[in-house]
Amino acid sequence: MISDLKFSTASPGKRVLILFIQLFFICYTAIIFYPLFNMAMSSFKTTREILRFPFALPKAIDFSNYKTVLIDRGFARYFFNSVWITTVSMGFVLLLGSMGAYGVSRYVYKLRTFIYLIFLSGIMLPLKAAVIPLFILMKKLDFINKPVSVILIFVAMSLPSTIFILSGFMKTIPKDLEYAARIDGCSDWMIYRHVVMPVVAPAIALVTIYNSVPIWNDFFFPLVFLQNPAYKTLPLGLTTFFGQYSTDWSLLFTALTIAILPMLILYAFMAKYFIKGMTAGAVK
Amino acid sequence: MMHKKTTERLWIAFFVSPALVIVSTIILLPLFMSLYNSLFSWTQLIRHEFVGLDNFKRIFATEPYKTRFFNAMGNNLTWLLFTMLVQNTLGLMVGYFLSRRIRGSEFYKRVIFIPVLFSIVAVGFLWGLYLKPNVLLNGFLKLLGAGQLTRAWLGDESLATFSIIAVNIWRWVGFPSLVFLAAIDNVPSEYMEAAWLDGARDSTVFFRIIVPLIVPSILIITVLTIVGSLNVFEQIYTMASLDGSPNYSTDTIGTLFYRTGFGSVDSGNPEIGVGSAIGVIIYFLTLVASLISIMSLGRKEVEL
Repeated sequence: MISDLKFSTASPGKRVLILFIQLFFICYTAIIFYPLFNMAMSSFKTTREILRFPFALPKAIDFSNYKTVLIDRGFARYFFNSVWITTVSMGFVLLLGSMGAYGVSRYVYKLRTFIYLIFLSGIMLPLKAAVIPLFILMKKLDFINKPVSVILIFVAMSLPSTIFILSGFMKTIPKDLEYAARIDGCSDWMIYRHVVMPVVAPAIALVTIYNSVPIWNDFFFPLVFLQNPAYKTLPLGLTTFFGQYSTDWSLLFTALTIAILPMLILYAFMAKYFIKGMTAGAVK
Repeated sequence: MMHKKTTERLWIAFFVSPALVIVSTIILLPLFMSLYNSLFSWTQLIRHEFVGLDNFKRIFATEPYKTRFFNAMGNNLTWLLFTMLVQNTLGLMVGYFLSRRIRGSEFYKRVIFIPVLFSIVAVGFLWGLYLKPNVLLNGFLKLLGAGQLTRAWLGDESLATFSIIAVNIWRWVGFPSLVFLAAIDNVPSEYMEAAWLDGARDSTVFFRIIVPLIVPSILIITVLTIVGSLNVFEQIYTMASLDGSPNYSTDTIGTLFYRTGFGSVDSGNPEIGVGSAIGVIIYFLTLVASLISIMSLGRKEVEL
């Protein structure tokens, strides 16, 4: 591309610009990586070492802190809770979201625009503001301190964007494909399942990332609805942990590393998908 | 056999209703419930008599609600202004630099997006530790020989909000950066080529061609920033406290809303009436922001 800056072919003025941009990004990379590196290193140090020599490397790499945090302090439990609550929520989001998208994109009927607008309004309304009526509702249903409360909220939180993105993709599938299947005797469910869904598979990957990252990271709703230690998710467990062991920095950094590292590793392998998925709502 | 039309209606209901029921009960119903609840007086979770707009009057005109509310709104405004000014400007700059495809830009692009994936809670606690006196940041300043710059980043009333905003920018700037990058990459290259052939400078191309053509993305990022600023909660919870310490200097509408609905501002009990009224105000502000953006976005797209 003509806008590409290549050092070898650039004029002296452009070379200064290239060097400036390079320097900017090198500093930026350090500002992102160093705090993470320091966090991981601090998990191998004692609290005294962390406070006295914050920049020093650990004397030895010893994973005993990890065992303490994960097993003795129950962090493995939080991790497991986050995994299954996110998975179950996403399962419902993908099933009900793709069905909803199919219902508003593949049929022509009077209420269609109205139903689509209801789904769209869900994208705009701030769900945090709804927490008081939700609390009253969940109390009536006896869902407080049960995972079903946050799963319901996570599913509702993710459905509008899922339906918005998926129906956009489904609209582009030619009707002929559907007619052909219908002549072969396919029911509407079979058309949804075997004709439309396979075609929108890439979009499914997109909405999975778009929604599972915020669900995995959500703190507000577990804070309100899941105070039961058996069901605490990772962000909420981290908060409990910081309240209980606020002076043991060695363990705090270990807990932070446990909370942050898995996402980093996943990202290292799937960066492209994460970037595409997370920015899907804002990039056309 | 059933009538064809009836069968189709049943299928539509089958596909649409589960999602419709969940979205209506969890997202739409609470909007109306908040409006309704805000017009009543409450003791704990029990609704009493209709009081009209009294709860709103209390927020705008009665102590301590009034001071707390305007203090929190002021901080939300600081969040909005600083995030717009620093984060989104930086994001535009990063996006532009990345669009020039210098050596390593694919790598930098991935690096900048890393903190976007982390939970606010983890990032907040991590930097909460680093910003404590005598830890990483102050230690680093001393190492540079700039010992006079060390501060109680989260302990100083005049600084705490800015420190927390800075941490949030560290976490989130990758998002606007890559949205802007995608927008700049979409600008037809003929436009830039023509400008360069005419001998236009980089800065002219940037301000006269790129910026006007990515206005839709700038608007989207602006709306997301407004909504994000109204939603600030976890950042305060982890780096200051639910009370917005020190001395309410970091309090936001989100933390105030939570304390009113679940803890308390005044009496130590949950206040559903006043809390719902604050919720309604949050709904209202978000709606206004969204509507303005949709209208201006529509107009801009016609111009393109």
